[in-house]
Amino acid sequence: MPITVPAYGKEAAGRLASMADVTADDGALRRFLHGLPGVDAVGLQARAATLGTRSIKTTAKAYAIDLAISMIDLTTLEGADTPGKVRALCAKGVHPDPTDRTAPKVAAICVYPDMVATAKEALAGSGIHVASVATAFPAGRAALPVKLADTRDAVAAGADEIDMVIDRGAFLSGRYLSVFEEIKQVKEACVRPDGSAAHLKVIFETGELETYDNVRRVSWLAMLAGADFIKTSTGKVAVNATPPVTLLMLEAVRDFHTATGIQVGVKPAGGIRTTKDAIKYLVMVNETLGEPWLTADWFRFGASSLLNDLLMQRQKLGTGRYSGPDYVTVD
Amino acid sequence: MTFDYAPAPESRAVVDIAPSYGLFVDGEFAPASDGKVFKTVSPSSEEVLSEVAQASGDDVDRAVKAARKAFEKWSALPGAERAKYLFRIARIIQERSRELAVLESLDNGKPIRESRDADLPLVAAHFFYYAGWADKLDHAGYGPNPRPLGVAGQVIPWNFPLLMLAWKIAPALATGNTVVLKPAETTPLSALFFADICRQAGLPKGVVNILTGDGSTGAALVAHPDVNKVAFTGSTGVGKAIARTVAGTDKKVTLELGGKAANIVFDDAPIDQAVEGIVNGIFFNQGHVCCAGSRLLVQESVQDELLDALKRRMQTLRVGDPLDKNTDIGAINSAEQLARITALVDAGEAEGAERWAPACELPTSGYWFAPTLFTGVTQAHRIAREEIFGPVLSVLTFRTPEEAVAKANNTPYGLSAGIWTEKGSRILWMANKLRAGVIWSNTFNKFDPASPFGGYKESGYGREGGRHGLEAYLNV
Amino acid sequence: MSDRLSVLKTYKLYVGGKFPRSESGRVYEVTDSKGNWLANAPLASRKDARDAVVAARKAFGGWSGATAYNRGQVLYRIAEMLEGRRDQFVAEVADAEGLSKAKAAAQVDAAIDRWVWYAGWSDKIAQIAGGANPVAGPYFNLSSPEPTGVVAVLAPQESSFLGLVSVIAPVIVCGSTVVVVASQNAPLPALSLAEVLATSDLPGGVVNLLSGRTAEIAAPLAAHQDVNALDLAGADAGLAKELETAAADNLKRVVRPGAADWSADPGTERLLAFLETKTVWHPMGV
Repeated sequence: MPITVPAYGKEAAGRLASMADVTADDGALRRFLHGLPGVDAVGLQARAATLGTRSIKTTAKAYAIDLAISMIDLTTLEGADTPGKVRALCAKGVHPDPTDRTAPKVAAICVYPDMVATAKEALAGSGIHVASVATAFPAGRAALPVKLADTRDAVAAGADEIDMVIDRGAFLSGRYLSVFEEIKQVKEACVRPDGSAAHLKVIFETGELETYDNVRRVSWLAMLAGADFIKTSTGKVAVNATPPVTLLMLEAVRDFHTATGIQVGVKPAGGIRTTKDAIKYLVMVNETLGEPWLTADWFRFGASSLLNDLLMQRQKLGTGRYSGPDYVTVD
Repeated sequence: MTFDYAPAPESRAVVDIAPSYGLFVDGEFAPASDGKVFKTVSPSSEEVLSEVAQASGDDVDRAVKAARKAFEKWSALPGAERAKYLFRIARIIQERSRELAVLESLDNGKPIRESRDADLPLVAAHFFYYAGWADKLDHAGYGPNPRPLGVAGQVIPWNFPLLMLAWKIAPALATGNTVVLKPAETTPLSALFFADICRQAGLPKGVVNILTGDGSTGAALVAHPDVNKVAFTGSTGVGKAIARTVAGTDKKVTLELGGKAANIVFDDAPIDQAVEGIVNGIFFNQGHVCCAGSRLLVQESVQDELLDALKRRMQTLRVGDPLDKNTDIGAINSAEQLARITALVDAGEAEGAERWAPACELPTSGYWFAPTLFTGVTQAHRIAREEIFGPVLSVLTFRTPEEAVAKANNTPYGLSAGIWTEKGSRILWMANKLRAGVIWSNTFNKFDPASPFGGYKESGYGREGGRHGLEAYLNV
Repeated sequence: MSDRLSVLKTYKLYVGGKFPRSESGRVYEVTDSKGNWLANAPLASRKDARDAVVAARKAFGGWSGATAYNRGQVLYRIAEMLEGRRDQFVAEVADAEGLSKAKAAAQVDAAIDRWVWYAGWSDKIAQIAGGANPVAGPYFNLSSPEPTGVVAVLAPQESSFLGLVSVIAPVIVCGSTVVVVASQNAPLPALSLAEVLATSDLPGGVVNLLSGRTAEIAAPLAAHQDVNALDLAGADAGLAKELETAAADNLKRVVRPGAADWSADPGTERLLAFLETKTVWHPMGV
């Protein structure tokens, strides 16, 4: 197995270049993606359900809760967002539990591009990243130049991470190369003038792709195009992250790593609201990818209400009493 | 810091095991006629759980008489009334399922995750299913008003103690028979708890009788002249002895015996799910499963990839305390069984197969065996032919579907087989050619009360489960 | 005899798992066999019928998609809940049908046992109504029954409870959902049954119960394009012909009224009446 390199590193680009034959044209890419092993839906769901029965108690639970908090991309993506709302969220991200300063800070604050500057300012010196959705989030229905401009704007405003959406229409109609090229160009748009780059998360909107076979294919497609992270959902459609879809993406990341040595991160987003759910995801990471992925650098939760449930459970572990919503902050 | 799962033990407090148990005959617990007892231990700790009676020939006679006496009224009850007794039993099992799951894990050594999520739900479902048949026998396809046989003598194994009890007792009672059941020597407790469930359900005395004991008790039950039906699940050796015993009598017999199932993986299989299916096929219940997928037949073109994935997956299996909710593989049921597994594994190495097991720490007391894989196995190796009945997988290869079928069928057994491929027509072609009673495709070790189960060839005869399972208990 | 004034129950319809009054705001007087007032029952309108069909259609996907085992468990649960309210139903049936306590009790007991009988059919009907077909060719060929959809049922007029259960249970056990029009003159046992159904793990909308004038509610149901089948148990000959004619418009499956003895062994007729057979072919080859 080749030595592990991060997806955002220089070596990764070189390794991807060595796989250029599978992405040379639409036909080659199609043959490659359709040659990946199939996914048996029933078996995948059964495996995810079995992992969901792991019982995480006491010290393991305390570890998992703090880990989960540190992996949150605390998110607000509403038409009604204002600088005030974003600043409040940033404050919460820095000190999630005002009564307990030992609570870890979150990984990133995730906002629309026009809120990036506000968030950047509010988070200055905190070490918390600013993540921005881009590319005509959430539908992704805009011309490529618009999507690239959207991305460059966010990067210029200081975004550390870009969460792009793929063109699901193109993917579902079989124009794989077009999806591939778009991701590549967005990745290039993430590069800053100084040569460094915002990390790129690629959102699939798996609820719209519907089949597990599609999820495996799009995962490989995005990783071949240079995704630093692959992400399930926008949180804006009926079906968001589910344990089987996330497990499948973890398996794709594992197989991609085995093949290339490139380490790619995974971000389930939408619908993860309870500590119990979050711990199920961490168990999946632990038993599919293991230790190297159990850090905020390689696994994230796209969530908002999850944080308060984690904090209440954290308080319960500390005091022995069940906490209530009056003892955590609304934002 | 790593994500180590802290111990998550299921509470033992939900189950109250008495220091000793008698035989359950005619609705009462009583000691054996000669006062003999034996101990039952927890295989994960060697702790003595209780002392149970060793039924003698006289006890067998008394139990059969009680069952015979109860038969007259029980068989004359309207089917709808028998149905309601069985529904009651099913419901009480559901209510007491956690208690019974803990008990089963203590006495058998299987992980609580399996006793809780597999055994107990299936036990209750089996009683529900056959409860529904009790008043519908006219519709079962055996002609109008099919009649019960009489007294059923039933002998069950230690691998799924309560589930095998359910498979035996539910259809017997639904069809109007009465039973004398002997649980395995190493796992008598859940059957004795079932006696208490019969009491709670108000089941008439003598309809169900439970005799604990060893092989001699079972032999006496099978040979008893007033037993009309013999049902046995266990080893092929004992099955053959039973077939000889009943020769020349009117006794109806069903035998559910050993297996050496092939789990066949093609190069177009859904590979992650195939790996799960292989793991489930051989490591479920420590491999103490007659239909276990103990021979992995993998297409040569995908062998390396599959074995890498399988070994990686085996490294995440958690072996240990059966009552820990995160345990995947529990204890081997007895010292005797552990010795048998060890001997066959030694033979595998001696015959030149390559042994591999993940690094795993085994507890110091109790009976344990790490999940094990043999590569380089051929049809000529003992580990490819003999039933190991433990967590040991023999890997063989094939090149074409014809060869896969030939190798899969090249065994005296014929209980089950697995097929992994994305191609539907090949699944059905393979299923058609395989000489086995249950074929799983893109899954393994699935059970349902509505689905008949049983073997070809030396895996036994007769079917349990489903509409077909009624036939064994009806005079048809 | 206490001086205490009893609290009377307001009887309501049962639609989509909720207990609405008739949207029409109408009620009608229900009396016992001697003409004494028992209660005011909702006089359902054609709009109530329309709402009930919408609720039944909405529930169909989930209920028909539930496992047979699960549906059997729910039906058995209904029997359990009914057993606990046996005395109430004995009194209601005695009033409704002018029966002695003992005879009413026999009706209620038979109705409870009927739920148990049908509960058991959930995972067995496919085993007697389906199966492998040995076609002449390299094909796997399997027929299995599937529920037909939304069924409108006119409950028997005379047997207000045993008859009612005998026409509901066979429809829902196989996965169809139902809109039931209760016995016109004796609707109270039916409306009380709804309270049992609502507390038996039965998803809302699987059974929808309407009371009122049979002919008035049945007409829109028989003509409804989103109803798949019609059980005319509670229709007289004239009404039955009219409804069957209307049902022909979208080829509803129709069970005609017959001289039914509801206490007899029900057999499988009503189970099979609301099932479609689906046959699947698949080639066998390497």
